[in-house]
Amino acid sequence: MANHQLNPNNWINSYSDYLFNYTISRVNDREMAKDLVSETFLAGLKSMSNFKGEASERTWLVSILKRKIIDYYRKINSNKGKAEVRMNYNTDSESEGDWLEERVADPFDKTAEDNLENSELGNAIHECISKLPKKQAEVFKQKTILGYDTETICNELNITASNLWVIIHRARTALAECMEENWF
Amino acid sequence: MKKSFLFISCEEAKHICDKNQYGEATGWERVKLALRLSWCNITRGYSKNNSKLTDAIHKSEIDCLKEDEKEKILESFKEELIKHQ
Repeated sequence: MANHQLNPNNWINSYSDYLFNYTISRVNDREMAKDLVSETFLAGLKSMSNFKGEASERTWLVSILKRKIIDYYRKINSNKGKAEVRMNYNTDSESEGDWLEERVADPFDKTAEDNLENSELGNAIHECISKLPKKQAEVFKQKTILGYDTETICNELNITASNLWVIIHRARTALAECMEENWF
Repeated sequence: MKKSFLFISCEEAKHICDKNQYGEATGWERVKLALRLSWCNITRGYSKNNSKLTDAIHKSEIDCLKEDEKEKILESFKEELIKHQ
C-alpha cells in the first residue's frame, strides 16, 4: 500500500533534530553530524522519484542517513592504515613497567547496548517533542537540551520569565504523558 | 486571599518542581515544595513523573541543532529545492 507522500518543504523543521540526534549518537562529532544530516536532505531531494510511499517520510530519510553514516565510516576506515598513533609514554622511573592497558578507558562503564538504548530513548524523546506546539518545542529544546539560561531564551524569543515557565510546564506535562505511552 | 509564607498551592508547587528540574529553585522554594510533597498526592505524582522525564533526558544524552545551525542547513537546502522545482 503506497499512501505516504513526500513534502520536502517541511523536512528541515520536522526531521532535522531527529536525524541530528540519530547521527550524533553514532558519529560523535557535531560538525560531521551536521554535514551528514544536510547531505541526507539533499540526497533525499535528488532521489524523490525512488520513493514508493511504502514507508513514512522520516523512515525513508533515516534509511538514506544510515547509508551516509556507513559511507562515512568506510571512508575513515580506508585511511586507518595511514594513521599514525601518537602517545606520550611516561618516562619517569616510578611508572616504569606500567602496561598500555592502564591508559585505556574502562570498557565496563558503558556497553554498546547502553549506547543503543540511550540513542533509541533520545529518538523517542524527539518524537514526543515533535508533537508539541512549535513554540513549546523551541523553548523546551533551548532550556532542556541546549541548556541555555532563562534570560537568554527570554531575550531571544521575546517572552517573560513567567511565560517561559508556563511554556516549560505545559511542554513537560505533555512530554511526560507522551513518554509514558511510548517508552516508560 | 492572603498568601501563606509556607503553604503553597498545587500550581505553585508544580512550578517550583519544574524550576527544580533545572536547578533553579531557591532553598526556600525547595523547603515549601518538600512540605507540600509530604501531604499532597497530586504534587507527589507530578514530581515523580517530572523527575522520571528529567532522568530519561539525562540518560539519553539527547542533542539537537541550534537555531543558527538549522538555519544554515535550511538555506543550502532551499537553494537545491528551488533548482529542483
